[in-house]
Amino acid sequence: MEALIFPVLLVAVVSILAGLILAFAAKFFAVEVDERVTQIRECLPGANCGGCGFAGCDDYAASLVANPELATNLCTVGGPAVAQKISEILGVSFEAATPKHALVHCNGTCQNTKYAIDYEGPQTCAACNTLFGGRGTCNYGCIGFGDCVAACNYDAIHLIDGVAVVDPENCVACGACVRACPKGLIDLIPETSKIYVSCSSKAKGAVTRQACAVGCIACRKCEKSCPSGAITVNDNVASIDPEKCTNCGLCMSQCPTGAIRNVMYCGGIVPGSAAHD
Amino acid sequence: MTDMLIILFTGILVNNYPLVQFLGICPFLGVSKKLDSAVGMSIAVTFVMMMATAVTWPIYSFLLEPRGLAYLQTLVFILVIAALVQLVETFLKKYVPSLYSALGVYLPLITTNCAVLGVTVLNIDEGYNFLQSMVNAFGCGMGYLLAMVLFAGVRSRLENIDAPEHFKGLPLTLIAASILSASFVGFTGVVDGLFM
Repeated sequence: MEALIFPVLLVAVVSILAGLILAFAAKFFAVEVDERVTQIRECLPGANCGGCGFAGCDDYAASLVANPELATNLCTVGGPAVAQKISEILGVSFEAATPKHALVHCNGTCQNTKYAIDYEGPQTCAACNTLFGGRGTCNYGCIGFGDCVAACNYDAIHLIDGVAVVDPENCVACGACVRACPKGLIDLIPETSKIYVSCSSKAKGAVTRQACAVGCIACRKCEKSCPSGAITVNDNVASIDPEKCTNCGLCMSQCPTGAIRNVMYCGGIVPGSAAHD
Repeated sequence: MTDMLIILFTGILVNNYPLVQFLGICPFLGVSKKLDSAVGMSIAVTFVMMMATAVTWPIYSFLLEPRGLAYLQTLVFILVIAALVQLVETFLKKYVPSLYSALGVYLPLITTNCAVLGVTVLNIDEGYNFLQSMVNAFGCGMGYLLAMVLFAGVRSRLENIDAPEHFKGLPLTLIAASILSASFVGFTGVVDGLFM
């Protein structure tokens, strides 16, 4: 009988001890979680997309409470509504961020540029990019296997005519496509700016001209024509500062190749020149 | 000294836990997608293996064995290890938040992992004394780290491969794991040759 009772007692005692120690540990070592963290976390959309620059919604909520200086409007998915709720919880003034959306700085469609090699490897941009920097004649353009399309959680970017095109309606500016593009063609621009440079080619003008019909040849006509000084030409490609740009469209009419386009008309199918009307 | 080295390198190469003994396969396949999480997981495993050995060896040697209760080994070990890992987790959360954020997410995964239970049980089976057990636990943890790092490298290559549709994902991972495992068979006997 004793041979039976002792093991049972032993296991029971060990279990109860372990349970008690854990219970006390949970009480003594408890980490106080600020209830505002939970409240903010409930306001956030829970997409965990990382668009705010933090490791997920939980991390952003914790950082907001820990650091009062942090902007409350970083969540691009939730937009102003969420920013307002967070500001109320934290008791700070609310400032809406300009809504942004992603934009692909390339218009190398099947009509505008050609394939230089007949690529048959893994069908991803990242893999193709490791071979001669892509399959097109332009070494800076969209490869067109849609790594960005796969990265997008919101069905906001599609391949149209061989080039990735963002649908601003669906885009929440989480930046997943920005990180996915091996060519770095995508960036986030404020929804208010309508004029953009649809080329990222850092090659010299003549080389770009040969590779693509609608590339930026760095002629600097736009730079000279811009009344607000928003355009600069660096590394053989023009770039528009959305802070200064007034959307007057003067650069668009000056551009000889049609590399500067209006977001409103860029369905991808519209060739560069049609953006002038 | 030599026997300690033998135990250490046997743990790392010859008796490599995931690749030769096939213990701890679940996190080996699950957490080896990225190098940094693979390293974090392995360090957590090493940490828990050593903690568990430090606690279970005295329990077995001073409590269970003298009373002829060796058959309770598995039950008591699981109980103690699970409670211990929970305790360490709450302790780290409170006092060492940086370590908690690095290891914390992996700790619940290995509470009663078979690799951790395996190292404590095998220490007893081999008849190691306390110091030898600790060295063995450390060696096995390092072996785990080695296997995880190697496999994380293999898997990052597999990501970009143009495999037939039916091989993509887990099948290819398992095939790669078996090839890596077969290569580790080549280490059998290498430690005896090194130190004897």
